[in-house]
Amino acid sequence: MSAVTVGTSDETEQIRSLLTSGDKGRKRTDRIMTMLVYGAFGLAMLPLVSLLWTVVVNGASKFNPYFLSVTMRGVFGGMDAGGAYHAIIGTLVITLCASVLSVPIGLLTAVYLVEYGRGPLARAVTFFVDVMTGIPSIVAGLFAFALFTIFLGPGAKLGIIAAVALSVLMIPVVVRSCEEMLKLVPNELREASYALGVPKWLTIIKIVLRTSVAGLTTGILLAVARVIGETAPILITAGTTDSLNFNPFDDRMMSLPVYIYRQYAQGVATCRDGQLDCIPDINYMRAWAAALTLVLIVMLLNLAGRLVTRWFSPKLR
Amino acid sequence: MAQRIDVKDLNIYYGDFMAVQGVSMTIEPKSVTAFIGPSGCGKSTFLRTLNRMHEVIPGAHVEGSVELEGVDLYGPEVDPVAVRRTVGMVFQRPNPFPTMSIRENVLAGVKLNNKKISKTDADDLVERSLRGANLWNEVKDRLDRPGSGLSGGQQQRLCIARAIAVRPQVLLMDEPCSALDPISTLAIEDLIQELKKDYTIVIVTHNMQQAARVSDRTAFFNIAGTGKPGRLIEMNDTATIFSAPSEKATEDYVSGRFG
Amino acid sequence: MTTASPPAHATRHEPRRRRASGDTERGFSRVFRWITTGAGVLLLGVLAAVAAFLVARALPAFTASQAELLADGKLPAGVTSIAQYVGPLVFGTLLAAAMALAIATPIAMGIALFISHYAPRRIASGIGYVVDLLAAIPSVVFGLWGGRVLAPLIADFWVWLVGVLNVLPFVEFRATATGRSLATASIVLAVMILPIITAVSREVFLQTPKLHEEAALALGATRWEMIRTAVLPFGRSGVISAAMLGLGRALGETMAVLMILSTGLGYSLQIFGAGELTTIAANIASRFPEASGLAVNVLIATGLALFIITLAVNMAARAIVARRKDFSGAN
Repeated sequence: MSAVTVGTSDETEQIRSLLTSGDKGRKRTDRIMTMLVYGAFGLAMLPLVSLLWTVVVNGASKFNPYFLSVTMRGVFGGMDAGGAYHAIIGTLVITLCASVLSVPIGLLTAVYLVEYGRGPLARAVTFFVDVMTGIPSIVAGLFAFALFTIFLGPGAKLGIIAAVALSVLMIPVVVRSCEEMLKLVPNELREASYALGVPKWLTIIKIVLRTSVAGLTTGILLAVARVIGETAPILITAGTTDSLNFNPFDDRMMSLPVYIYRQYAQGVATCRDGQLDCIPDINYMRAWAAALTLVLIVMLLNLAGRLVTRWFSPKLR
Repeated sequence: MAQRIDVKDLNIYYGDFMAVQGVSMTIEPKSVTAFIGPSGCGKSTFLRTLNRMHEVIPGAHVEGSVELEGVDLYGPEVDPVAVRRTVGMVFQRPNPFPTMSIRENVLAGVKLNNKKISKTDADDLVERSLRGANLWNEVKDRLDRPGSGLSGGQQQRLCIARAIAVRPQVLLMDEPCSALDPISTLAIEDLIQELKKDYTIVIVTHNMQQAARVSDRTAFFNIAGTGKPGRLIEMNDTATIFSAPSEKATEDYVSGRFG
Repeated sequence: MTTASPPAHATRHEPRRRRASGDTERGFSRVFRWITTGAGVLLLGVLAAVAAFLVARALPAFTASQAELLADGKLPAGVTSIAQYVGPLVFGTLLAAAMALAIATPIAMGIALFISHYAPRRIASGIGYVVDLLAAIPSVVFGLWGGRVLAPLIADFWVWLVGVLNVLPFVEFRATATGRSLATASIVLAVMILPIITAVSREVFLQTPKLHEEAALALGATRWEMIRTAVLPFGRSGVISAAMLGLGRALGETMAVLMILSTGLGYSLQIFGAGELTTIAANIASRFPEASGLAVNVLIATGLALFIITLAVNMAARAIVARRKDFSGAN
């Protein structure tokens, strides 16, 4: 069947020119846009790489067991001493309190939205969860401050106030991620449980929450990672201090982000001539070391969150 | 303006997986060629290699040649974008751009190809293309309404109008009626009969009656088993394929004894 | 259903629900429903409390006489009323956020397209993870980096740019040699809001129906033309809401501005200069620790303004997203 007449060479030429005549202008536009898209990606990588690089390089000089285990008590001027122990403890205590406050509320709200939520109340909750994710952190700080002024009078600075401020920021994040996870639980599992005569609340606790526990853990860890780096609300609610404080209900409490800010804000230390153990840049060096600590904590939380999902999530299909 | 297509020893791969093996065929100009065969036999995949649409999937590549009037579509100097302009395509499900009006949908391809077109020329082209797709009378009063507001059959004819507005040489149709009701299907089949006066048409269909109704020549594809590549079993005049096929497999398939 | 009246909606839906879930909705199941519903209500209560407390504590600043304000409000020199104070702050906040948005949106769209349509499939998800990494870095670290690394680095560039711009008639920019200007702060803000804009845009771009993309390609469109005809129109509202979410974040961001910008107070377009402008959040963070009495109320009043602005921006963004959902559901 291939013996049929082949088209005249004229027509062949016509087709050839049709097929090879890529419009120069259009091709150029396409190439330029491709370069711009690649360029945008490269441009965004610059600050990320630069930031991580400087944090690691500058932070490494003071990041050591000594830095992690001493406070700033009695440290002044350009002394080559002091650490972030009190700030790390403060961050852990405040974040723990914030989690204790927000995880139950957030998780139960997510259960409500997924398992019970119908009608205007559920729609209102969904909408305002989204609105709450947009509250500026400093406003959350102001709210917590204003709230505690009623009980404690003006000027009270406690770890627990900061925890309340952080939980305002944390609750919507917990709700959102837990909601996503609960929605992933297939309906057949719930129905199978009902069919066995298990009441709804037990179904939710033993089947739904049990099935999604890995995802819930991940969501909560990521929410913790989000708020652990918050600075402004803690700065105006827990204040600053140089000493160790384990009690969120008594006195000021330092935290790692605020510590970084304080060290940065103190700037270059003045050294007298001939003072040997004085380092002008010591405050910045501590700030970088604390930044490295904070970034490591955040990265660990993120990593842990992802590993939990990978290792412990049940195989649904 | 219709052209002949010569395919020689074409193998189609997705990555390392060979999807279609050793296809050689000639598609005559100004005729309708139908591809039939069971699901997964590679007929749609093969159709897509005729305008290099399969390259949308990463890792897809071919061996062999596809020549349009003697010019290899896979030649080194050939621009795949130009190939798709020359060989138009209509898809299984109607896919008008939802953000564009009917008029803009028809002009979409032209607007891409040469940016400037006068309003009268554009009006002309819209009318000619929509008339060509037997849609003009139904939509002429609402050209500025969104194309997604039309019925399924109308949407599919709008897509055909959009495809012929760029004046292709060849029109590929990938099961164009599978998402349509019987009446819309008939309208499209009538349209295909008219379009073949001007275009070389290749249609993939699951519906053997349709192949018998609309096509001049029919190619039967089959697959030996899961994981094996699809092959061209037999190609001949449609009447011959349906009345006196030379292969046993073809006879089984067209008489419904398949599988 | 006679004791402890549940919320109105629950009563209304009760009959259908009882039939749907059979006999299981009794005993502790009912209590459990109330507990979870209570958590939802509590969440609404928290949001209402945030608004209520801000208003209540801001009120004294509005009702105080001018004399009281001047005596006890710790207003900056030359400012005699709350409006004169809030005005420039709002201006600076909007200017910084708008510049950050103008920088971040095109780049974020580029990255989103890179991930959705340009990058090889295998590395695309890895890139998504790297962009999420940006979102995980605390703002105070961004501030530290911006103040210690970026500002000194970019100062020379600003000085040069101002030299070029000042050639134009009627233009007279001042550039600070320290780099502690609003322009630098905006760049850092832009980097910080990149991840959220990228993430939302990427999701929308990935949802573009394959059918539409193939329709464009089959008409002989190049990759960019396919994106322009099929992907961008489909994703337009998604990108707009993504940008507004980014805007909301940029408006409320504190530390990056506080640690980079050398602040001032005024209506000024001197984005390359020092001591010209400030933002609400940075102003609160820098003054609040030392404030007392009426000064606290004044700062909370500025915080209320910030709250209202971000609320409006975020609600608008969410409304666009919600409308989009209806639209795509119809398809």
